[in-house]
Amino acid sequence: MSDAQTPPPLYAAREPIFPRRVKGWFRTTKWLIMAVTLGIYYITPWIRWDRGPGMPDQAVLIDLASRRFFFFWIEIWPYEFYFVAGLLIMAGLGLFLFTSALGRVWCGYACPQTVWTDLFILVERWIEGDRNARLRLWNAKWSLHKLRLRLTKWVVWALIGLATGGAWVFYFTDAPALLHALLTGTAHPVAYITMGILTATTFFFGGVAREQVCIYACPWPRIQAAMMDEDTITIGYREWRGEPRGKLRKGQVDPAQGDCIDCMACVNVCPMGIDIRNGQQMECITCGLCIDACDDTMAKIGKPRGLIDYFTLKDEAVERAGGRAQHIWRHILRPRTLLYTTLWSLVGLGLVFALFIRSDIDMTVAPVRNPTYIVQSDGTIRDIYDVRLRNKYGTERVFNLALSSGSVLSMSIEGLPDGNVTVPADSTKQIRVYVSAAPQGVAAHQDRTPFRFWVRDMESGERAYVDTVFNGQPH
Amino acid sequence: MRSPRNDKQEVETTGHSWDGIQEYNNPLPRWWVWILLATIVWGIGYSIAYPAWPLIKGATPGLLGFSTRAQVAADIAAVDQANAALTTKLASADLTTIKDDPTLYGYAVNMGAAVFRANCSQCHGAGAAGNVGFPNLLDNDWLWGGKITDIAYTVQHGVRNEQDPDARYSQMPAWGEILQPEEIHQVVNYVLQISGQQFDATLADAGKQIFADNCAACHGDDGKGNRDVGAPNLTDKIWLYGGDEATLTKTVTYSRFGVMPAWGLRLSQAQVNAAAVYVHQLGGGE
Repeated sequence: MSDAQTPPPLYAAREPIFPRRVKGWFRTTKWLIMAVTLGIYYITPWIRWDRGPGMPDQAVLIDLASRRFFFFWIEIWPYEFYFVAGLLIMAGLGLFLFTSALGRVWCGYACPQTVWTDLFILVERWIEGDRNARLRLWNAKWSLHKLRLRLTKWVVWALIGLATGGAWVFYFTDAPALLHALLTGTAHPVAYITMGILTATTFFFGGVAREQVCIYACPWPRIQAAMMDEDTITIGYREWRGEPRGKLRKGQVDPAQGDCIDCMACVNVCPMGIDIRNGQQMECITCGLCIDACDDTMAKIGKPRGLIDYFTLKDEAVERAGGRAQHIWRHILRPRTLLYTTLWSLVGLGLVFALFIRSDIDMTVAPVRNPTYIVQSDGTIRDIYDVRLRNKYGTERVFNLALSSGSVLSMSIEGLPDGNVTVPADSTKQIRVYVSAAPQGVAAHQDRTPFRFWVRDMESGERAYVDTVFNGQPH
Repeated sequence: MRSPRNDKQEVETTGHSWDGIQEYNNPLPRWWVWILLATIVWGIGYSIAYPAWPLIKGATPGLLGFSTRAQVAADIAAVDQANAALTTKLASADLTTIKDDPTLYGYAVNMGAAVFRANCSQCHGAGAAGNVGFPNLLDNDWLWGGKITDIAYTVQHGVRNEQDPDARYSQMPAWGEILQPEEIHQVVNYVLQISGQQFDATLADAGKQIFADNCAACHGDDGKGNRDVGAPNLTDKIWLYGGDEATLTKTVTYSRFGVMPAWGLRLSQAQVNAAAVYVHQLGGGE
C-alpha cells in the first residue's frame, strides 16, 4: 500500500465488516451467555421484594433521591459505600484473574459492547441476510429495496436501544409506576432524557461503532498485554500444522501442504475483521467464532479439529516441536492465578463478614473541634459532639444515648433533657451532645480522656457504641 | 476487510526503536479527523453563542445572553420565593415558643447558622467560641442575658452602638484617673480572691473596701455582676479579656469599651430572629 516515494495516508476510512453466520460450540455458548446476561439486565428491575409498609418493594433499586441502595434483603446506606468500593475491587481482581488464566474471555463473551454488538449483528442478518447478501447490499446503489431494509434494521436497532435505556432508568425508581408514567407522558424529563441518550449510544455503539470501540476507545486491549503470559489460554492458529496453506484440489494429495485450505472462513466470521492466522493481535477479543468456523471446515475435509483453537503460547512451542500439550488445569492453576483468587476471596469474605456484623442501629460521633473545649462559669469543662443516629428499621424508633456506667463524665443533649431521641423510620437524625467534666476531676485538666457513647434501641434493646475522646483544659 | 497491518506486505514504521520494539505508522481512523474538525466548529459556535472573548471590561456576552451571575441570582430568588412563607412567619414569631413549631424552628436554626457564618463569625469565631474581647457564645455566662429574647435584643440593637439609641449601653470608668495605682493593686487582689485565684491576703483585705465603695454599684456586693448594665460576674472562671493580675490591672486602670453592631440596621427581622435562635441552641441558651 505504500512505497518509498508516496508516504502512507494519515487517515484511513473504516473498512466495513460483514461477519458470516457460524455454528458451533462457541457460538452456542455465546448465545446462551447473551440470553442470560440480557435477561438479567432486562428482568431484574421487575422482580418484587416485600420490605413492609412504607418501603419500596423493588428487589433491586438504586434510590438516589433518598440515598439508599436496595438489593433483595440488603439495604446499603451512603456511609456504607465501602461495599461498592469492595465490589469494584473484586471486579478488578476478577478481571485480572480471568485475563491471566483465560485471556480476553470478558471481551469475547460478557462485555456489554460485545453482547449488544452481537445482538445488533443478529438483527442485521435477519433483515438483510448473511454476509454475501449484506456485502451486495452495501455495494448496491440506493433503491427502494435497500432503503426499506436499512430503515427496518435501524428501527429495530432503535427499539433495542430504547428497551436498553428504558431498562436502565427502571433501576432508579419503581419500575411499574415509571413505566406507566413513561407511557402516559407524565414521567420526569430526566427519565426521558436518560432513555434518549442511552437509546442513541446503544444504537451508535452496537450499530455503527462496533469493533472501533474495542480498538480505539477501550483501554483493556492495552492492559491485557500486561496481564497475559505464556500460560494464558488464548486463541491462536496452529501454524506448524496449517502451513504451507493452499487450496484443496479434488483427487490431489500434496503431502507437503498444510491443513489450512485458505477457505477464509475464519476471516469471514470474525466480528473484528482480522485474520487470526497472522498471530495474536490487539484487535482479537477471543470470541471463539473462528474456532467454530475452522472446525466446520476441518470436519468437511476430514481433518482433526483445532487448527484454530484455544491454547497457550507455551504449548504452541511444545506442540511445534512434536511434544504433547500440558493439561489445561496445569496452565490455569499457577501461582499468579492462585494469588488473584486468594485476594479476590479475601475481599469477598471481608465484605460478607462486614455485611453480617452490620447492626440495624448505628451512630457516628464527630467531636466539635472549634473549640475543643468550653470553660463554664463554675470551671466545668464541656465538650460538644455532633452525633448522628441511624434507624434502619421501617418504623420510628426511640433511642437512648448514654455514657458507659461509672464514667466520670456526664452528658446532656441539646433540646432533649431526658436523653431519648426519636428517629423516624429509615432515616438519620443529628443531635448536639454536651459532655462535661467536673472542675476538680482528672478529666477536666487532662488532654485526652477516652470514653464510650452507648446508644440503645428502647424497643428491641439492641445496642451499639462508639469510642471517642474528651478533651480537657490542660494546665 | 483487513487493516493494513495485517497485509502480508511490510507496514511502514515510525523509525523509532526502543529495546528493539518498533512502532507501526498505521493511519488514524478517518472519523478521528472528523471529530477534530467537529470540535473546532463546535468551539466557534460556542464562542458566538456563549460569553467567550475577554475584553477590557467583562467579556463578549454571547448571542444566548447566558450569564452565571444571572443564573445564581435567579436561583437565590427561587429559594427565597420557596421560603417566603416561613421567612414571613419567622419575622413575626414569638421566640419564646418557637420550639413548639419544629418546622419553623429547624428553618430558623439553619438560616441562623448561615447568618452567623456570614455576619457574626468574624468576631465570635466560626465555632462561636469567641476571642479576647469577643464573648464565647457556647458557655453559660452572659453579659446581657442568655434567654432567647435577650439574645435577639442584643443582636437587633447591638452593644454600645451609637447608631441605635436602644443599644445595650454601659460604660466602666477608667479607674486609673480616680484611684491610686496602689488602690488598684489592692482591688485587683480582691477580685483575684473572689474569683478563686492566688492572691495576696493583705492587699485583698484592703481591696475589699475599695471594691465595696467603687465597684459594687455595678458588679454587685458579692461581685456576681449585673446583667441590667452588662456588668460581668467577677467570681466565675470566664473572663472576656483575661483574669490574670496584669490583665485585670489594665482593665481596671483603662476600662474596656467593646462594641457590637446593631444588626437590626443591616439584617431583616427574620435574619435577626434566626441568628438569635441559632445562638441560643449552641449550648449556653437559658
